[in-house]
Amino acid sequence: MLTVRDLHSYLATGQGVVRAVDGLSFTVHEAEVLGIVGESGCGKTVTCRTIMGLMPARSVFTSGEVIYHPRGEHSLLGAPENEMRSVRGSQLAMIFQDPMTALNPVLSIGDQLIEAVRAHSEYGPAEARGRAVALLDRVGIPAAARRMRDYPFQFSGGMLQRALIAIALASSPRLLLADEPTTSLDVIIQDQNLSLLLELQQDTGMSMILVSHDLAVISEVCDRIMVMYAGQVVEEGAAADIITAPKHPYTHALLDALPHAGLRGQLRSISGSPPSLIDVPAGCRFAPRCRFVTPDCLTWETALIAAGEHEHAARCRRLDEIDEGRETWLPSDSASA
Amino acid sequence: MSATWAASPSELLMKVAAKAAGRQRSLLRRRLALIVGLAMLVMAIVASVFAPLLVSQSPTAIDVLHPLSPPLTAGHWLGTDQYGRDLLSRILYAGRIDLAIAFGATSVTLVGGTMIGLVAGYLGGKIDSFLMRLVDLFFAFPFLVLIIAIVAMLGPSTFNMFIAIWITSWVSYARIMRAQTVVAKKQQYVLAARALGYSRIRVMFRHILPNTASPVIIFSMVDAVGNIILAASLGFLGLGAQPPTPEWGAMISDGQNYILTSWWLAAFPGLAVVFVGVAFSLIGDGLADVLRARDR
Repeated sequence: MLTVRDLHSYLATGQGVVRAVDGLSFTVHEAEVLGIVGESGCGKTVTCRTIMGLMPARSVFTSGEVIYHPRGEHSLLGAPENEMRSVRGSQLAMIFQDPMTALNPVLSIGDQLIEAVRAHSEYGPAEARGRAVALLDRVGIPAAARRMRDYPFQFSGGMLQRALIAIALASSPRLLLADEPTTSLDVIIQDQNLSLLLELQQDTGMSMILVSHDLAVISEVCDRIMVMYAGQVVEEGAAADIITAPKHPYTHALLDALPHAGLRGQLRSISGSPPSLIDVPAGCRFAPRCRFVTPDCLTWETALIAAGEHEHAARCRRLDEIDEGRETWLPSDSASA
Repeated sequence: MSATWAASPSELLMKVAAKAAGRQRSLLRRRLALIVGLAMLVMAIVASVFAPLLVSQSPTAIDVLHPLSPPLTAGHWLGTDQYGRDLLSRILYAGRIDLAIAFGATSVTLVGGTMIGLVAGYLGGKIDSFLMRLVDLFFAFPFLVLIIAIVAMLGPSTFNMFIAIWITSWVSYARIMRAQTVVAKKQQYVLAARALGYSRIRVMFRHILPNTASPVIIFSMVDAVGNIILAASLGFLGLGAQPPTPEWGAMISDGQNYILTSWWLAAFPGLAVVFVGVAFSLIGDGLADVLRARDR
């Protein structure tokens, strides 16, 4: 469906060059849900926006290839604005982080939905209206026809997110990029909206990239998971493999930080914070925070190393050693039971 | 802000109710400015449009036998000028020209300047730099001197006065609108609109413009007052409407020669300018409050 090859996205800022995305490659298959996890500031959002061609061209420099297969084998990076416009919305759609600000405050929900329906179709006003109401109803807004007249400020956060999902799906896109779609919502609404999103994905058979900093959210929903750190992929593989048999120390650490039933004692947090993407450390980027760091890690020319079945791979030179010693340092279920 | 302390729930309710009532009153008071302003403006427009029905004398009819009649003379409620022309009639007919300037000059510069600011702010880059340097260039000149120069070049007439205002006044609108647009285009809803594949024109006019237009609309009311005073100034200098066409500025200019003996010649056209000016100011204030309340 979508192939991203060696994607770089560098931002020119007053402080220097921010290497927000640094050599990212992945594939999203038909009807597949790919999860991207990582801490804030590791390049998840920039990845989404770069794929959509929404980064400001004057200050952001990109290289690599973004190939959307239904539209041919050429890269969308640097494609003319006209072509991007015909792909956006109709083929690739995106849901933004904060539902409170992602809708136009001065247009009614209905107007914005109808506009989205008509943007890539030949529907007349009445048909478009009918379809808009149906969409709003489909995402679970009660009394959809009446709420069409409401303005964004009259909707709660969870409802706004649903309205945004409806707008994103208005032209039946083949691939949906959901950028932290549930971050600003409370846990119950998060769960409802996530289920809705997954349900819609299964109904329509579209592919989805789900971005989150919450591994718990990702693990419930995704077929494949990609763990990002400091602009790079540090581990990728089938969701089950990543959750049950993580290979990279960072993934381990993320899992350790998750509360789960049967846990005793304290949650283990990851000390420190991600490196500045302006002065990226040489060698392994996770080394400064890694518990298994050796001097060699600081000079290692990093690469993804195959680590098991289902194209499981991790960016760690001590992959095998760490895997063997896991039992001794992981607060695993067997140890706590 | 600290919360109001109340001894009991019923007392609390009373205090909150009093506060709420105060809020409602102040909302009404703000609307009042808009309503009074609009009423004054409508009055001025009706009076000048229907001038032939309100006064029997022609504004240019000379009556050499009754020059400089004081106000409240029979048949001439506001008196006559040095040629015996009825002052009330002249003021009402002059309103046609001055109000036409307020609307004609201001609306064109409002629309033009807003478009230019919107395009510059949204597209950015070279287009933005070029347009904004052009704006800087206009701002660098003393405004009135520039207008006088343009009118003097084109020749004094009402229409040339319009052209001079059109050429110079769009810059303020462009600058305000550009600043607004630069902020708005980074908003998520604009990014979201682009992510849906909407065209540039659609994003600019449907998604950015309605969110950024209130400052220019409010400014246009101030500018309308400014344009009336400008028209009066140009008339005063003899560069606006040409005699015998009545125009408030020109009338004040003529009247100043008689200011010590026949004060009404300058005073009543002056009052007309003030009346319309206050009307626009009230509308501007009222609009600002209403639009700001909506933004919240």
